[in-house]
Formats: sequence, structure tokens, C-alpha cells
Amino acid sequence: MSDMTRTLGMFALVAVLILGTGFLQSWNSALLILNMGLVSAIMALGVNLQWGFAGLFNVGVMGFVALGGLATVIISMPPVREAWAAGGTGVMAALAVGAVTLAAAVWVTRKMPKGRARALAMLAVLIVGFVIYRALFDPSVDAIEKVDPALTGYLGGLGLPVVLAWPVGGLLAAGAAWVIGKTALGLRSDYLAIATLGISEIIIAILKNEDWLSRGVKNVIGLPRPVPYEIDLQNDPGFVARAEGLGIDPTTASTLYVKLGYGIMFTVVLVIILVLAQLALKSPWGRMMRAIRDNEVAARAMGKDVTARHLQIFVLGSAVCGVAGAMMTTLDGQLTPSSYQPLRYTFLIWVMVIVGGSGNNFGAVLGGFLIWFLWVQVEPIGQLVMNIATAGLADGSALKVHLLESVAHMRLLTMGVILLLVLRFSPRGLLPER
Amino acid sequence: MEFLNAFVALSNFVLVPAIAYGSQLALGALGVTLIYGILRFSNFAHGDTMAFGAMCTILVTWLLQGWGVSLGPLPTALLALPFGILGAAALVLVTDRAVYRFYRAQKVKPVILVIVSMGVMFIYNGLTRFIIGPDDQRFADGERFIISARDFKSMTGLDEGLAIKTSQGITVITAVITVALLFWFLNRTRTGKSMRAYSDNEDLALLSGINPERVVMYTWLIVAALATIAGTLYGLDKSFKPFTYFQLLLPIFAAAIVGGLGSPLGAIAGGFVIAFSEVTITYAWKKVVTYLMPEALEPDGLLQLLGTDYKFAVSFVILVIVLLFRPTGLFKGKSV
Repeated sequence: MSDMTRTLGMFALVAVLILGTGFLQSWNSALLILNMGLVSAIMALGVNLQWGFAGLFNVGVMGFVALGGLATVIISMPPVREAWAAGGTGVMAALAVGAVTLAAAVWVTRKMPKGRARALAMLAVLIVGFVIYRALFDPSVDAIEKVDPALTGYLGGLGLPVVLAWPVGGLLAAGAAWVIGKTALGLRSDYLAIATLGISEIIIAILKNEDWLSRGVKNVIGLPRPVPYEIDLQNDPGFVARAEGLGIDPTTASTLYVKLGYGIMFTVVLVIILVLAQLALKSPWGRMMRAIRDNEVAARAMGKDVTARHLQIFVLGSAVCGVAGAMMTTLDGQLTPSSYQPLRYTFLIWVMVIVGGSGNNFGAVLGGFLIWFLWVQVEPIGQLVMNIATAGLADGSALKVHLLESVAHMRLLTMGVILLLVLRFSPRGLLPER
Repeated sequence: MEFLNAFVALSNFVLVPAIAYGSQLALGALGVTLIYGILRFSNFAHGDTMAFGAMCTILVTWLLQGWGVSLGPLPTALLALPFGILGAAALVLVTDRAVYRFYRAQKVKPVILVIVSMGVMFIYNGLTRFIIGPDDQRFADGERFIISARDFKSMTGLDEGLAIKTSQGITVITAVITVALLFWFLNRTRTGKSMRAYSDNEDLALLSGINPERVVMYTWLIVAALATIAGTLYGLDKSFKPFTYFQLLLPIFAAAIVGGLGSPLGAIAGGFVIAFSEVTITYAWKKVVTYLMPEALEPDGLLQLLGTDYKFAVSFVILVIVLLFRPTGLFKGKSV
């Protein structure tokens, strides 16, 4: 029962923090923190599946989050007809050739006897495939990127409702995770870490450079939204009347309404995933996972297929991260590949899981909210502290200016200190696994 | 003549940069591999240790430049290097006392230490940005080139020029000296031998009276020196920006793993394997091939296999290939 009170107490604390932001700063920033907190909580749940349930060390969260973002573009943006006409078929054919080449190479490795002949045959398949692929790919890409590069210059998406992108983001991430898992999961934990770190960098590199797919560093802006636009609300007499009835001015009311809309949708997703994760944890499957985590050799001896189970949970956890990534891009309304930084999208999520309590779903959710709150609020708090600390220094002195400017970097420092303190004094997190 | 031109072009754009980059990676990977051998965990904070060490060097360099001290044609940073090493050494020793020693005493699983090093990484990264800011910093001075492309052309009469930057020359020379010193230390001195013994078999080493805390302290000192040297050389050669050092983590780890974690020789080999493959695969071969091929067969395209932004993909693919076919790396590393 004390577990229950502890959990409730911790979540009450988070509620107080967010409500406090609402009363002291503004309700807009409170809702902003809440919405990103919800997204962060889902990401933390995904990492908790992998690390807390199965002990898999995935430091490629950023890549799966970014794939979710890509799904948003592919699903919701209107297709660019001219670009499809110019090079759509060429790119698709090239991608098909690429896939066939890889499949053929795998087939050669499987079918031929080991030896020099096999290596040469595989190399030949790969080289021929690569040449055909580039011959098809390069001209089509050039053609696509020439189509009105200032506005489009990419294939666009399917023009479907944006909410559909959330499950699709999960599927994309799951597909990538399956490929990575197939190659890297049999390896030791630190090798898996480096492999996932590498994959996430590669995914970001693809998003930044393949302009035909995601417009690269030119960014995709103006993604469709699942909620109404503020300006439409402000022009809607019914809404204005209701806002005035509540005593809020219509502009603020419209921004709050939109953010609340997102908040409700995100809460629904979080609750669904949390319930599923909780059911999984309590099921025989969850017990098996923890048995594998705690003693792999014993679990294998009991006849459990450790590699297959690891692959399964790796794919599931990554899919959850992909869903969260799609939700985040929907919330932002744009895809900016250059904004994906490993410290923010991989390691911060790890801090959330460790601080919240790995192995405990509620812990992961708590960590998501709490660490996100701190990530946002450390800067203003740091500003305040620094202003007091430097009050004695002469105005305009170089040291004072430097210290005040550096406040922006307090975040990373604080996150590191929090992580180390939790690991030292409460290594199982704020809400330990039962 | 054609052949010579092709070779010079190849040296200018591939061989020289790759050798310099490889030396920097090798020094970084040596640090990672030593930590792995002695302390038995993958240190995620290594990139940021490099950044911190390089930052200390830069600050002292600016101080020296302000005093008007210089090394003539050589960059002043070389004079500042010992001070940078001292700064990094102080930082890692304090970190070890305050953070790692507690977990060492508890004999936690290596993966916990990796997570701890993630926290340390955040702190170092924050510290570096706090002190010097997140922007590019220039601190190179002295002669820019050992030999510039124009001089080379007028000397040899070839169409292609070969430029060797001072920073590239210094990188290679410093790396050779550092590696020689390191191997002398590991193989010839008592402390070095006790370090290797500790790395090979901890229990046996403890039984024969080796003081583990001493071994760990020396390891951190060496790692701080290696990281600072690697970080400063990289900064001289390219430019200093805290974030790029964080990104170096991937090629450095790839180098250490490809060579075989825990094996110093492997780290050096791995560094060069990664550097050469990154440079050759992202280089546009058109120029070299044009010299070598008869005119009829001259290529139209750039003959670039992958864009330069995909260099991470190269380290990654090599890493995966080596792991699939030789899981302990080229030189038998540990497989704990």
C-alpha cells in the first residue's frame, strides 16, 4: 500500500508543479509543459519496455523518434503531383532495386557454401545492384528536387488525416528496429549501445540529406493539425462569445483550447499505452521478460528463446518511441531534421527512465513529466539564481556578462547532476520496481 | 605523368587527411580501450573529456597569445598542451573520486557504469559549454602549411598540388610520439606492467599485491592525457566546437571495437581503418580516375559513393561487418 501512496504522492507533486507554473507564469506554458510531458512520458515508456523489462541498452531513441516525425510528413502532407510525375516512379524503382539487391545478397550468403566464391558472388551482386540503383536514383532525385525547390522539391505525403501518422510512425520505427535487432541483438550490451547510437545518427543523416523525402534541412512546415487553428477560433463568433462568457479574452482562450485539445488526445494515447504496458508487465510474458533480464542463462536453460524475445521487445519499445515521435512532430507542426540532438532525444529520455524508476511503468511516466518540467524550468530558475549570485559584481563586467549568458547551458549540467544523485542515493529510481 | 598526377591528387585529398584523422581517432580510441581494459566499462563521457581537455588547452593558448608567447611557425597550442592535460587530469580524478569509486567498491554491473558515464557526459558537456560556450573557437596560429599546393606545383611541375597543413604534420608526429611513450610505459615500467596485469586478470593481480586504486589512478591520468592530445589535435586540424566532440564518440567507439576493445594495438589499427574508409567512401573519385583512364572512358559523374554527411554510416557499417564476422575485433579484444 505504501507503494501506492508513494506513486500518488509523486504524481501529486508533478501536478502541483505544473499547476504552479499555470498560476505563477501562464497557463499557456503550463499546458506546453504538460503536452511535451505527455509525449516524453510515452517515449520513457518505450525505453522502459526495453531497458526496464528486458535490460536492453538502446541509445538510439532519437532515430526512432525521428522516424515517427517522418511518418507525420509522409502521411499528412498533400502529395506533390509534379514531383511524382518528374521522378516518383524512378525513385520507387531505384528503392525496389536496392531492396532486391539486398535480398539477393542475403540469399547468396544463405545458399552458397562458405568460401571465396561466396564472398565474390555477394560482392558482385552488391556492386551491380548499387550501380543500377544509383543510375535510376540520381536523375529522378534531381528531377524531384527541381520542382519548385523553395516550396516543395520533395514527393510530399499521402494527404491522409494526421492522426493516422501516429500508428504509422510506430510501424516505421518498428520496421527499423527489426532490421537493427536482427543484426545487433545477439551482441553484448555495449555493442548494442554503439550500434543503436550509430543507427540513430544515420537516420538523422538521411532525414537531413534526402531532400526528395523530407526536404532535408529546408524543413517541412505547416503540417496539418488534428485540432482547429487559433485564428479560425478567433473568427468564430460562437467561440468568442463562449470565451467571453468564461471571462477569458478570445486570443488566450483560442491558444488554450488548441493546447487542451492536444493534451486530451495525448492523454488518451498515453493511457492506452500505459494500460497495455501494465498488462504486459503483469502477464506471464512480462514475468518471462524479467526472468530473462535477471538471469539470461537460467532463462535459456528453461527453454526460453532469449534472442527472439529480445527482438520482440526491442521492436515493441522502438514502436512506442516512434508513436511518441509522430505525436511530437504533430504538436510542433513541422519537421526540422537539424533539431534532433542525441543529448535531448536519447540521453534525456534515459535520464527520465532512470530517475523515474526503471522496470516500473508509472516510474517511467513520472520521470517523463518530472524531468521534462525541470528541463524547461531550469533555465528561468538558473537565471534567477545567477542574477542573485552576480548581484555583487559590477554591471557590464566581463565575468558577469559571461555568467549570465552561460545560464542557458545550466540544463545539461543539472540533468547530469540529477542522474548521478539518483543513481547514487536511490539507484532504483523514485518509484522502484516492485 | 598522368599516374603521378593521380597519385598526388589521391594523396592530397585522401591519404594525408585520412592519416591525420586516423591518428586523432586512434588516440581517442586508445583512451576508450584503456578505460575498458582497466575499469571495464564503455566510457560515454570520453568525447566530452576530449572537449574539456581541448578547452583547457585553448584557454591557456589564449593566455599565452595574450602575453605574446609563441612557438614561431608551430601553433602555440603545443606549449599549452601540458596545462590542458593537467586540467583534464584534475577533472577526471575528481570525477573518479566523487562518482566512479563508489560503484567500483560495490562491484556493480558494467552497464550501470555506462549509465553513470552518461550522467558524467551531461556534466562535462554542460561544463564545457558553460565555460567556453557552444560556438566554434579558433586557436590555431603559426604557419598554416608545411607545403602549400602552389609551392608543390612549382617545385615538381605537376598539374596537381599537394598541400600538407602544419596541423596535419603535427598531428602525425605527436601521435607517433604519444603512442611510442604509451607503449614504452605499458611494456617497460613497473606501473605499466601492473596495469596490464590488472587488465588481464584482476583477481590474480590483486593477489600479487597490486594496488587497484593506484592502477585506476594511473589509467585516468593516461586517459586524460590521451583525450586532451586527441582533442587538441582535432581542434587544430578542424575547429573546436563542443558538439563535434560529442559526435566523435561514434567513430572512436567504432575504432576501439573494430580493433578489439581492451587492445591498445587494436585501437590504433581501428582508428586508421575507420578513418580511411570514411574518407575514401565519401571522396569524389572523378579527378583521380580521370587521370588514370584513357580519355574515352572518362567518367561523367563525381564517382562519389556516399555524400560526406553519411560518414557516420561508414563507421557504422564497418563496425557491423567486423562484429558479425569477428566479434572480438581485429586484434583479439575482451569479450566480457
